[in-house]
Amino acid sequence: MGKPLKQIHLAAHFPGVNNTTVWSDPAAGSQIDFSSFVHLARTAERAKFDFLFLAEGLRLREQNGEIHDLDVVGRPDTFTVLAALAAVTDRLGLAGTINSTFNEPYEVARQFASLDHLSAGRAAWNVVTSWDEFTGENFRRGGFLRQEDRYERARQFLAAAAELFDSWQGDEIVADKQSGAFLRAPDPGRFDHRAGQFDIAGHFDVPRSPQGRPVIFQAGDSDEGREFAAAAADAIFTRHGTLAAGRAFYTDVKRRLARYGRSPDELKILPGVTFVLGDTDAEAHEKAALIRRQQVSGQTAIRLLEQLWNRDLSAYDPDGPLPAVDPLPGEHTVARGRASVRMFGDPIATAAEWRALAEAKNLSIRELIIEVTGRQSFIGTPAAVAGTIDEFVQTDAADGFILVPHLTPGGLDEFADTVVPLLQERGVFRTEYEGGTLRDHLGLAHHPRPAGADARAAS
Amino acid sequence: MPRSSPAPLHLAVALDAAGWHPAAWREPGARPAELFTARYWADLVAEAERGLLDFVTLEDSLSLQSSLPDGPDGRTDQVRGRLDAVLVAARVAPLTRHIGLVPTAVVTHTEPFHVSKAIATLDFVSSGRAGVRVKVSGRADEAAHFGRRTVPALPAEGLASAEAQALVADLFDEAGDYVEVLRRLWDSWEDDAEIRDVATGRFVDRRKLHHIDFEGRRFSVRGPSITPRPPQGQPVVAALAHDTAPYRLVARSTDLGFVTPRDDEHARSIVTGIRREQAAAGRADETVHVFGDLLVFLDRSPGAAADRRARLDESAGAARTGDAEVFTGTPEQLADLLQERQRTGLTGFRLRPGALPHDLEQITRHLVPELQRRDAFRTAYEADTLRGLLGLPHPANRYATTV
Repeated sequence: MGKPLKQIHLAAHFPGVNNTTVWSDPAAGSQIDFSSFVHLARTAERAKFDFLFLAEGLRLREQNGEIHDLDVVGRPDTFTVLAALAAVTDRLGLAGTINSTFNEPYEVARQFASLDHLSAGRAAWNVVTSWDEFTGENFRRGGFLRQEDRYERARQFLAAAAELFDSWQGDEIVADKQSGAFLRAPDPGRFDHRAGQFDIAGHFDVPRSPQGRPVIFQAGDSDEGREFAAAAADAIFTRHGTLAAGRAFYTDVKRRLARYGRSPDELKILPGVTFVLGDTDAEAHEKAALIRRQQVSGQTAIRLLEQLWNRDLSAYDPDGPLPAVDPLPGEHTVARGRASVRMFGDPIATAAEWRALAEAKNLSIRELIIEVTGRQSFIGTPAAVAGTIDEFVQTDAADGFILVPHLTPGGLDEFADTVVPLLQERGVFRTEYEGGTLRDHLGLAHHPRPAGADARAAS
Repeated sequence: MPRSSPAPLHLAVALDAAGWHPAAWREPGARPAELFTARYWADLVAEAERGLLDFVTLEDSLSLQSSLPDGPDGRTDQVRGRLDAVLVAARVAPLTRHIGLVPTAVVTHTEPFHVSKAIATLDFVSSGRAGVRVKVSGRADEAAHFGRRTVPALPAEGLASAEAQALVADLFDEAGDYVEVLRRLWDSWEDDAEIRDVATGRFVDRRKLHHIDFEGRRFSVRGPSITPRPPQGQPVVAALAHDTAPYRLVARSTDLGFVTPRDDEHARSIVTGIRREQAAAGRADETVHVFGDLLVFLDRSPGAAADRRARLDESAGAARTGDAEVFTGTPEQLADLLQERQRTGLTGFRLRPGALPHDLEQITRHLVPELQRRDAFRTAYEADTLRGLLGLPHPANRYATTV
């Protein structure tokens, strides 16, 4: 291959409030104590990762009308914990999901601009929309957005926020004690955004931050999501699949960038992956099977099955066969407030597939759920995992990965100690941070000052 | 632990930009180019902590600073622009150990659900030192930044008119609802809700997680919070109050009010009014602090502070005016005033340094030692939490069923 080696990007996902996170293990620590966040962030920074990532959900999950109690529950406010982590790290990027439905652009823009200042240029924003009235019950605005309006809301929200970020060009403050001029010109930060759902105008009050704008993430694999990412995102957080599927996704998304006048390098593709390491492949697989059983208890299997079936299945035996009844079509009423609900396209067809699989392999409900949900992405020796990661990146199935440990807070330690050095030996992962900002780590240009800024300043 | 002194004096410092005088940024020690860096704020809070102060407050608003009530004022000779106060507090929290952190949150345009979990998280990252000062916004420019509601323009007669009073009362009623939601959400998880019971496979005991079902005129919030009950149970809620409606908010909803008396007599009447409202709200047996706010210019040699203040006023082109009484003098004189003023029923003081870091350092390095010599201020931090420093008990959870 004549091509130079691509440099891999790596990120750490703080373990989430779902059954991927194993809390029953003796090594599992607090999901809310700040020390857990510090531990994972410092591990990621020690390993020279690009960033730490925090997900968000704005209503506790419920199932059958009751708060779901089998998985980890409880997490911090994203902005606040990221700002605190900026104090205990120097270089690590700080990325968080912030919902565009239950926030307003002025407030979110000033929070991200503030976080970027307070971290000296390390902030990133995963822009998502929620659309359910269920979550909306916690907010002034309520929540319902029609499915077709979801990306529209995100697009419009991001456009409004971008106008706010760009409303300061970066040279407004002179702070000249001698002459007494703090500002170069009066009333900086002027904006006027009247489009779609937003009708806002005035003056933004946070000066331009080190990165100009936070790094923008988009999560999701749909056609609309890909287009949104190609138009407006710096990185896309996607689902991991086979090498072939990864390459197809990668090619498709990167191809779309040209339409927006962007080069393929301007959007990084980062699948989220789980991993299990062992001294031998056999040991790793043994550990992986054990973790899967921790992740999917009998009760959890029934709850996960209910999410597809959209029915109360609590009377079923997890060690018995799948229900003979079909899933209930229509709106989900059984499981609310969780992301995976939307992953099932056609519940009746999926149920038929699962039944066929269970029959062919003679699987119980629990075994079937272990088989069909959330299998670990990378299982093997550190050398094998390093090799696979490198292969995915060098053959353009990804630009890097967001690693999802199954244990809080120590779940990344082994990877940092064993896999990262092997990637460094291969010359595909940094041994030191080269720049100070997250845009530097990701090889993204610093967001240029807004076009026409000088003209505007002169007017 | 309670201290032996019957009436410990509580001291806080209000941090804002380069200080409360508009020309403070031009002073020799000022760091105006660093106002938007973490280091600047970390240094100030560390200094306040060295002085054993109860807490710092951090100012905030949702618009550019302005001398006008409804929009930017076109000035280029004063500090404009700021960072989100909650995030500044969070950034500083891991670098400090004892001092309370009380950022300002504007409640008129924000979501109580978000602010509740943000302050709960500040409490987690600071191990129990969080508070929040709730602030209403009647500014038309701030409303336009959100585009969600319009604010009627203030009548020409100003704040005294019946129309303006109704507007203010409405904003503070909403603030009262907001604080109620903050508090319910903080209690929406009982302290022992997380059980991690491997035998039954349950991570939480869902009987100890509570919907809050708040229904108000401006918003309804279902709950529970996504964030567990913070270390203090209830972080400290504060408000600045100048008039009847905010005094009522202080008395009914908060743990601490900042007030701006002109003199001893005024202070006495404010305190009396708040205590009366507090009793009427059925909170007579709860601790509600009332702190007097003072803008301070401090220098050790007599006359130096007055000279400095005159220089600042000249540099600004006008004398500094504002809501709070201005003290100009030596740390010893200020100690005299605080002890005298404390007899009016005020439980502490929030000092607004005229210039930073100068007046802050005068407080921590000279006023505090002077008060210590008089046995009127702590000589070491006696508690690990802000509630502890303020003598507030760990609060019972309103949703917990007593067995």
